[in-house]
Amino acid sequence: MSAPPETRNARASAKVDGDTLEVSLAGSWQITEPRPSWPELLGPQNPARVRLRTDEVGVWDTSLLLFLSAAQEWCRGTGAYCDVTALPEKIRTLLAQLTAAHETAVPFDRSENFLTTVGLATQDTLQKGREISHFVGECVLSTVRLVRSPRKFRWRDCLDEMQQCGAMALPIVSLVSLLVGVTLAYTGAIVLRQYGGDIYIADLIGLSMVREMGAVMTAVVLAGRTGAAFAATLANMKANEEIDALEVLGIPAVQFLVLPRLLALAVMMPLLALYANALGIFGGLAVAYGLLSIPGTAFWAEMLTIVDLSDIATGVIKALAFGLIVGLSGCLRGLQAERSAAGVGRAATSAVVTALLFIIVADAIFAVLFNALGI
Amino acid sequence: MTDTLTSNPAPAIEVAGLECGYGGKPVLKNISFTVGRGEIFFIIGGSGCGKSTLLRHMVGLHTPTAGTVKFLGQSFTLADTAARRGMLKTFGMLFQSGALWSSLTLRRNVGLPLEEYTTLSRREIDEIAGLKLGQVGLGGFEDYYPAEISGGMKKRAGLARALALDPAIVFFDEPSAGLDPVTSRKLDELIRQIRETFGTTIVVVSHELASIFDLADRVIMLDRAEQGIIAEGRPRDLLANSRDPRVSEFLRRGDKPL
Repeated sequence: MSAPPETRNARASAKVDGDTLEVSLAGSWQITEPRPSWPELLGPQNPARVRLRTDEVGVWDTSLLLFLSAAQEWCRGTGAYCDVTALPEKIRTLLAQLTAAHETAVPFDRSENFLTTVGLATQDTLQKGREISHFVGECVLSTVRLVRSPRKFRWRDCLDEMQQCGAMALPIVSLVSLLVGVTLAYTGAIVLRQYGGDIYIADLIGLSMVREMGAVMTAVVLAGRTGAAFAATLANMKANEEIDALEVLGIPAVQFLVLPRLLALAVMMPLLALYANALGIFGGLAVAYGLLSIPGTAFWAEMLTIVDLSDIATGVIKALAFGLIVGLSGCLRGLQAERSAAGVGRAATSAVVTALLFIIVADAIFAVLFNALGI
Repeated sequence: MTDTLTSNPAPAIEVAGLECGYGGKPVLKNISFTVGRGEIFFIIGGSGCGKSTLLRHMVGLHTPTAGTVKFLGQSFTLADTAARRGMLKTFGMLFQSGALWSSLTLRRNVGLPLEEYTTLSRREIDEIAGLKLGQVGLGGFEDYYPAEISGGMKKRAGLARALALDPAIVFFDEPSAGLDPVTSRKLDELIRQIRETFGTTIVVVSHELASIFDLADRVIMLDRAEQGIIAEGRPRDLLANSRDPRVSEFLRRGDKPL
């Protein structure tokens, strides 16, 4: 038994009558089902008139309109006359609405040529550079203002942030620096044992932890932990209009929100780096004792022959700079965030990326600088 | 506040030829109006017509591309940073979401403007903050954090903060947004009470018809296509006399004009 016509699939047939193409549609036209395509039905024909009929159409929805609209578009493009008088009133009205929607759509060309793209990218980079220098400048000026009137500084917020970015970060910093010390010791032992220089493992661990790894690893951990948190907090505040509320009251956001965070990181980073140095050296000492049978006292004595206060100061200075970089990146990205949930996420990601980039750049600059100064 | 009012006869707000936009794209052009002292003035219009944009440009959150805004006769747009900071004390603003600082209690939220602009002791600041919170019906909630109170209470707390420095002008950005009709009405009553008690000039951005007819002394209506003001006057006069179908349609809640 064949199904009634209206429940069968959408069908379209075309019959040529003089210079007119008679297009008859039939069956059930539903957007979730396959439907005939106008170009396939038309083939190579080029009629002067097209008459559209839907007498045998059963159930229909937008699917039918899309087909009819494609036929109309073709007629408009080729100059053929499109006869829709045989269509029911309802379909004609909807078709007119669809055509009107096409005509009133505001063209928005997102494609850009190479020069425009380069120009826009350059403008964007310059703008970002301006924003960073403006932000850093504002931080410096706010610091000067605060030094003059320290009563205005939000010490309570600063202490809270110190706890958050310092004390609360101890477990992760401990683990990372201990493992860095262990890894360095294992890697160093492979080479040093070949030349009978086992004892120099102490120099390797001591110097690399104190001058480099302690500060860098702590900065990397804090960039991911604290920098992202700063950015997310400030971006969220921006989305909730809290930053606007500060501005309307004439309270600079930098002074109120940024400086307590910057000071907290500037204080805690060097302390955490010193702590990381100790843990890393302890990790190396444990491996030296277990793997190379070097007694702790010998390790310590050897390490002190090469590590002096200037090395420790080097690490502390780096840690201070890295702390400021993490804080500035987090706060800058937070304040620049878009006012949306996605903006908060992007600000956090961007803060981490910016901080890591500038930490590496600053570390390279420090390396050159300390080498030139002979430190 | 009273001294300033008597010694300076200029209107509370004068906006002249203001042009607002974002990223070089104009949203509003040639906006000019004045708001008298002690007036409740509404900026009305359909969604996306630029009501909040106008407000944000007026209070200095965005820089207008042209035109001036004067508060109590003093130019705000042309003022230097120091003068502008001084003028910020003359107005308060209630944001759409309340915009309370989430890390501070309500007492500290209200007290912060006082900490910034006065040399009052902590005890005095706390006392004033308690008083302001009491005025908006939040007595007893001083030590609550914003996350611990409802949306309506947040708005009232935001209003208490806006009133902390006893400003001559208070701006409201969609005060009824997200509130139930009863809470919304209570907020309207509070706004009226503030004007009657302190003579404060009130500027409200809203499209809530009930509030507009209930509170507004005068309104301006903005239109998206026009990018400017299409009507100005008393809401009931506009409803009765306006020949502009956009105005009648809006004030009749979308019904086509007769």
